[in-house]
Amino acid sequence: MKKSKADPKGVLTGSHFMDGDHAIAEGGLAAGCRFFAGYPITPSTETAERFASRIPMIGGMFIQMEDELGSIAAMIGASWGGKKVMTVTSGPGFSLMMENIGLAAMMETPVVIANVQRGGPSTGLPTLTGQQDMMQARFGSHGDYRIIALSPDSPQECFDLTIEAFNLSEIYRVPVFVMTDECVGHMHEKVVIPPAEEIELVERKWYTGPIDKYLPYKNDKDGIPFMVKAGDGYLFHTTGLTHDERGYPVINAETQKINVKHLIDKIDNNAEKIIKIEEKETDGAEVLVISYGITSRVAYKAVQDAKQGGIKVGTLRLITVWPFPEKRIKELAKKVKSIVVPEINAGQVVLEVERVTAGKCRVVSVPHYGGWVHDPDDILKAIKEAV
Amino acid sequence: MIKAATKTKPEPKNPMEGILRMDRIPHIWCPGCGIGTVVTSFAEALKKNKEDLDKVAIVSGIGCTGRVAGYVKLDSFHTTHGRAVPFATGLKLAKPDMKVVVFSGDGDISGIGGNHLIHAARRNMDLIIICVNNFNYAMTGGQVAATTPLTANASTAPFGNYEYAFNLPYLAEASGATYVARWTSLHFRRTTKSMQEALKKRGLSFIEVIAPCVTLYARRNRLGDGLNLLKYYYDQSEIQHGADTRGLDISYQGKLVVGKFVDKEKPTFLDAMNQHLSGVLGDKYVPYGAIK
Repeated sequence: MKKSKADPKGVLTGSHFMDGDHAIAEGGLAAGCRFFAGYPITPSTETAERFASRIPMIGGMFIQMEDELGSIAAMIGASWGGKKVMTVTSGPGFSLMMENIGLAAMMETPVVIANVQRGGPSTGLPTLTGQQDMMQARFGSHGDYRIIALSPDSPQECFDLTIEAFNLSEIYRVPVFVMTDECVGHMHEKVVIPPAEEIELVERKWYTGPIDKYLPYKNDKDGIPFMVKAGDGYLFHTTGLTHDERGYPVINAETQKINVKHLIDKIDNNAEKIIKIEEKETDGAEVLVISYGITSRVAYKAVQDAKQGGIKVGTLRLITVWPFPEKRIKELAKKVKSIVVPEINAGQVVLEVERVTAGKCRVVSVPHYGGWVHDPDDILKAIKEAV
Repeated sequence: MIKAATKTKPEPKNPMEGILRMDRIPHIWCPGCGIGTVVTSFAEALKKNKEDLDKVAIVSGIGCTGRVAGYVKLDSFHTTHGRAVPFATGLKLAKPDMKVVVFSGDGDISGIGGNHLIHAARRNMDLIIICVNNFNYAMTGGQVAATTPLTANASTAPFGNYEYAFNLPYLAEASGATYVARWTSLHFRRTTKSMQEALKKRGLSFIEVIAPCVTLYARRNRLGDGLNLLKYYYDQSEIQHGADTRGLDISYQGKLVVGKFVDKEKPTFLDAMNQHLSGVLGDKYVPYGAIK
């Protein structure tokens, strides 16, 4: 893995009062993203607007495409042209992107997509918050594959995790999602952007060997194939069809197994390296609250109230939601009486908590159907009942 | 006797060997299919133009013609159904020094990908779009398409088609394409020449090539074999360079007006962007790619 420092041209070093949507754009620019293809959708549009107004002075491309199908297709094309690429969207646009998210996964193309979630299904609540795309992020495109999804809980983390998303997408050649929501996207807070030399980036895994020896999908020792870009004389082929090491289509069960298993293994086998969680006071806790994004900030109030009432509560915040931190949650499930999972959906990530805890402790879902954040008292009530 | 003859002669080389992925031949196309001929035209155009093959990329979508990218020895991308044009848009914008060719079928480009086609033309994106029109969805078994002539039979129009078909040159011109031509696969040299011109031209070039689908379209409509269809092209084609594209509808087994209809100059997307932003932002603007 070759590391590099951020290009100062894209880094707006300083202390800012900024919302999450703008911080995502700044994170992308700091990470070296120089290609943005997008389509306007509430509540994410501010990211595209900021990118469009900043990029002409930095040197790069912003293009507003005809729809989200076109946005992601253009991103994948540009990524094969050697650019770091991103877009931003929300539920309905995310749904439209699913087809080519599968293509990016299959072609092993680095792309970063921020989803500023709103209430769904369908047009739902365009201006109001939700966390209802968590399972779609994981499984939304057809077939089996893996992606990485991060969940920022503040504008600062929108900036930080967008950079992280770029690094992960380059290391693992995989689509990475920044799964924020309307609340964080439109929340103004202090965002500190460090000097460029303090921002560590990962370079794409460029192939440097002889041209005639290049195989686009031959795994390196770390399980990730080397990449080349168009125009450098490799005359390579890549396809969304099941393919062999040459990138040539091979339509049979044997190749399918090798191909698909590789897409899964490269993430699953590195899950512990990828996963970031924030754990507090889990030692001796009776109840564990697992949350992510804006909900972890709402749960904070409930957890404080519960502690004042004498309940031993620990918290685990999922910074990485996919791959799921199942190893740690399995360990904690043996120690706590119950796990409480508030989220702004009818219960999505809680399904995964139930699966990994496998009856070792009680799991309590605290759903919220979207449009607003939880009332902390609802989470407190669930904690009290869970003791 | 034949055996003896082949023993003495060296294995004949395919004249397109440098441009095809010979390790992927034989291809999947049916005997009598016209797609291979259009690929040969393309290979000829690359050769005659002496194009630097490292600097030409090819992008296909899905379908019979969608398989072209897999056989051509360029940086080649076999993408999703309908999305070849926006994929090519991204690739072109990331690599402005490359010539990016979209090679796909009528269903891919004008059916599921129609919205992308009109917007790429509107922007005058610097792409060469080669659209092989065989009047039906062939890969999936001969279903009715946006290009199927009225009354023609298709597997999902078993009693004949009653939907009006696209007039593709008119659509491309109206959307903003700066080079528009139509040929049949019988017009090998003229197709090649159009491709040569398009490869040299900046802006969106759209070349429709009508090609026989023997296995499905011709069989369902009892039109005979590939030779019969080529005879139809021969009898019914009429070269009308510069013809008004509004009158280029194709009726069932009717007249085929072919030729080069549009060849004009207009700033490309990148030229327009660079010109506009340089004018508005002055020295603050960092120009993108090569400025013309």
